[in-house]
Amino acid sequence: MMKTATLLLSIALCLPTGPLVGQGGATDAWPTYAGDYSQRRYSPLRQIDQTNVRHLTLAWVRRLTAGPDAGEGSWFGPPPGPPAIIGGVAAEPVNMPGSTSGSPRLAGSILQVNGILYISSPDNAWAVDALDGHVLWHYWWKSRGGIHIGNRGMAMYGDWLYFETPDDYLVSLDAKTGQERWHKEIADFSQQYFSTTAPVVVGDHVLVGTGDDLDAPGFLQSFDPKTGDLQWKFYTVPMNQGDPGLETWASLDAARHGGAQVWTPGSYDPATHLYIFGTGNPTPAYTAMLRAPRDEHTNLYTCSVVALNVDTGKMAWYYQTSPNDTHDWDATQAPVLFDGMFAGKPRKMTMQASRNGYVFVLDRTNGKHLLTAKYSDAANWAETVNAEGQPVRNAAKDNTVAGSLVSPDNGGATNWNPPSFDPRTGLLYVVLREIYAMYYLTNKDPRMLVGLGGSEQDVVGSLGTSIVAIDYQTGKLAWKYRLTGGSGTGLLTTAGGLLFANDGSGSLVAFGLRGRRSPAPLWHAQIGSIENAPETYTVDGRQYVLVTAEGTLYAFYLQ
Amino acid sequence: MHSRRPFRFLGSVIVAVAATLCAPRSRAQVPPRPAQATPAGRDGERAPDYPVRPPAPPEQVAHGQQVFQSNCGFCHGSDGRGGEAGPNLVRDEVVLRDHNGELITPIVQNGIPAQGMPKFGLSGAEITDIAAWLHNQPLSDRGAPSTLDILVGDAKHGEAYFNGAGRCTQCHSATGDLTGIGSRYEPKTIQNLIVSGGGGRGRRRSAGAAPPVNAPPTTVTVTLPSGRRVQGELDHLSAFVVALRDSAGTYHSFARHDSIPKVVVTNPLQWHMDMLPKWRDADIHDLTAYLVTLK
Repeated sequence: MMKTATLLLSIALCLPTGPLVGQGGATDAWPTYAGDYSQRRYSPLRQIDQTNVRHLTLAWVRRLTAGPDAGEGSWFGPPPGPPAIIGGVAAEPVNMPGSTSGSPRLAGSILQVNGILYISSPDNAWAVDALDGHVLWHYWWKSRGGIHIGNRGMAMYGDWLYFETPDDYLVSLDAKTGQERWHKEIADFSQQYFSTTAPVVVGDHVLVGTGDDLDAPGFLQSFDPKTGDLQWKFYTVPMNQGDPGLETWASLDAARHGGAQVWTPGSYDPATHLYIFGTGNPTPAYTAMLRAPRDEHTNLYTCSVVALNVDTGKMAWYYQTSPNDTHDWDATQAPVLFDGMFAGKPRKMTMQASRNGYVFVLDRTNGKHLLTAKYSDAANWAETVNAEGQPVRNAAKDNTVAGSLVSPDNGGATNWNPPSFDPRTGLLYVVLREIYAMYYLTNKDPRMLVGLGGSEQDVVGSLGTSIVAIDYQTGKLAWKYRLTGGSGTGLLTTAGGLLFANDGSGSLVAFGLRGRRSPAPLWHAQIGSIENAPETYTVDGRQYVLVTAEGTLYAFYLQ
Repeated sequence: MHSRRPFRFLGSVIVAVAATLCAPRSRAQVPPRPAQATPAGRDGERAPDYPVRPPAPPEQVAHGQQVFQSNCGFCHGSDGRGGEAGPNLVRDEVVLRDHNGELITPIVQNGIPAQGMPKFGLSGAEITDIAAWLHNQPLSDRGAPSTLDILVGDAKHGEAYFNGAGRCTQCHSATGDLTGIGSRYEPKTIQNLIVSGGGGRGRRRSAGAAPPVNAPPTTVTVTLPSGRRVQGELDHLSAFVVALRDSAGTYHSFARHDSIPKVVVTNPLQWHMDMLPKWRDADIHDLTAYLVTLK
């Protein structure tokens, strides 16, 4: 049905009939990290469209407060919410503003199921009525620490919710009450793992990644949604003699400390039963001398797109987007799934606009490389692309004692913030940052460099931040829309011909998409520093657009 | 890794970009760990990300180092960070998990024959001291600035570039605005300024920034349908609003509807922006070597 609808729509709009639709897009609900498993963040909803978006108005606002005291109101008004349900293993929780008190950073995805929103931030989770924003319950986790940089959202299985904590627990809650069902330790806190990603539920698996900024190995785990028992654990670096990929490391010790963290959610392809995700950079991040002294040392499976069978945790294929990365440019950007024509043949594909400034299109059934293109004009760290389509790093653009002028900066050409793929046009919309930094090596002894140590990076200029539309068939930009501000926090496309984006100047903007022409800004709301990627869904027959800014939820609809 | 950036803003130098960067708490960067633990508790300061080990007595650490170097340094390096035969122990999983030698002791006393590590007849107390020394080693210098000498360039080449191909003299003069710059800034700061131009955009100034380098602000000219022109320092620009402060300091903001009113932004550092894709690192290094001589 979706295929027919897309085809009709394409004809009606005289758009090129590019890709066909693989899996149906998000519809009334937003039940997973990206609304569906494809990570396209394309919604077929079209109640709000280019003709009426100017009338989009505020439905409600809900400011959230983190920590155990969030439910305590003032003398003068009603309590802002119910008292927090308290969990966690720490006898004395560490103080982390934004987690134990104050305004939470709501950077993650929000689930919307049956009219209830499920929201998370580091150590905090809420259920909120999608009709008016009032808080149904609030759960707070007493933390033993860990890097509290963010939480990317929750996963749901029936009436059960799952989220990760910075101190490395997977917590399951009863969605109806917010009461904890169980918690399981998912990584070794003493090795300074910290967990930010949204779990992904596929069948009877809760897929859980984690992160680390020291020299610990990366892995993806699968847990039983009912019991929390571990089903399998896949290491993203070789851990034992004889493991595949070990020949790409200087030594087993280097591989076992090689990073490749899985800190963003992957995509799932029901047809092939593959879970497809990106891995992080190798460690130590900024010098290759001890982990990759020779050309063949590409450091698998760092900076790669990896496909696993979800039932077994066995790897089906991989593709490395940055062999032997030396700039902390993880390949953890969403591998977006779609079907369509490529070079005259129908293909099932995955596409990643990577942090290193290059975009890759792969056949997702087997990992075969189809296309590489540089989507950042500024990226200057590689001079050539090899026969496998991989950019070849120019060692002169590594961190150097004297300083090297390099783009992207550490934040990358893009980062984890979600892109959006428009199946009607075959264009991938991506926030592109073209920032330059001087990269200084701060220690000449590579033995002293651990994790992200050994580098000073000074931002010295920018060509700007843009939204770009990348044609998956050619890798070329159909358009590049320069934002007046500097940040982007993720994109949403709808069948109403709209692209919702943070303009970096404090506004949520609805752009009217015009095929291969530059989009037109049609509507905006100045709500401050926007924190997450906008989402859309239907409640009670109405289409809503939801976004967060400064610890606050904003829901919009047509009045 | 993720990206909360320790963007090391060069004072306000980078403010031009600062506007661009206000978001990137993407998750790769985390500030260096505080040296001391702060008291836990909701009313205290932000706690360190990971528990800080209580400091061991200096004499215990010193003794641990001595025992380590004479027994373990041959394979693991005298600083414990890895040698020809043995791995880096400072970042080792067992060492990170260990508290007071309880996990290290059986390994030292039994060895790991499969990996070629012999057993050592050290006492529990000696191994506890080794553990105290290992735990005292800094893990990562993440976020620490470079203190190395960055000057590798050729000042003569730099001077020729300054006066010739670089066309720096369009705006700058070694005896004018750059007089004494070699005394005013560290070489690394000068080098970063060469690329950035040191300017700020509009009135935005990052908190706690160093005084701005003498660079004029970004300006904007707004031409209304009536033909009236309003000019000043750019304050805010989006697809929907443009705002400025005129020479009298008065704030003006205008709604934008497509191309009305006409908005022309002038960035005095446009040349520096245009140079970004063109620089050769060697020219940057040579220019730095030249400018540091301008005392």
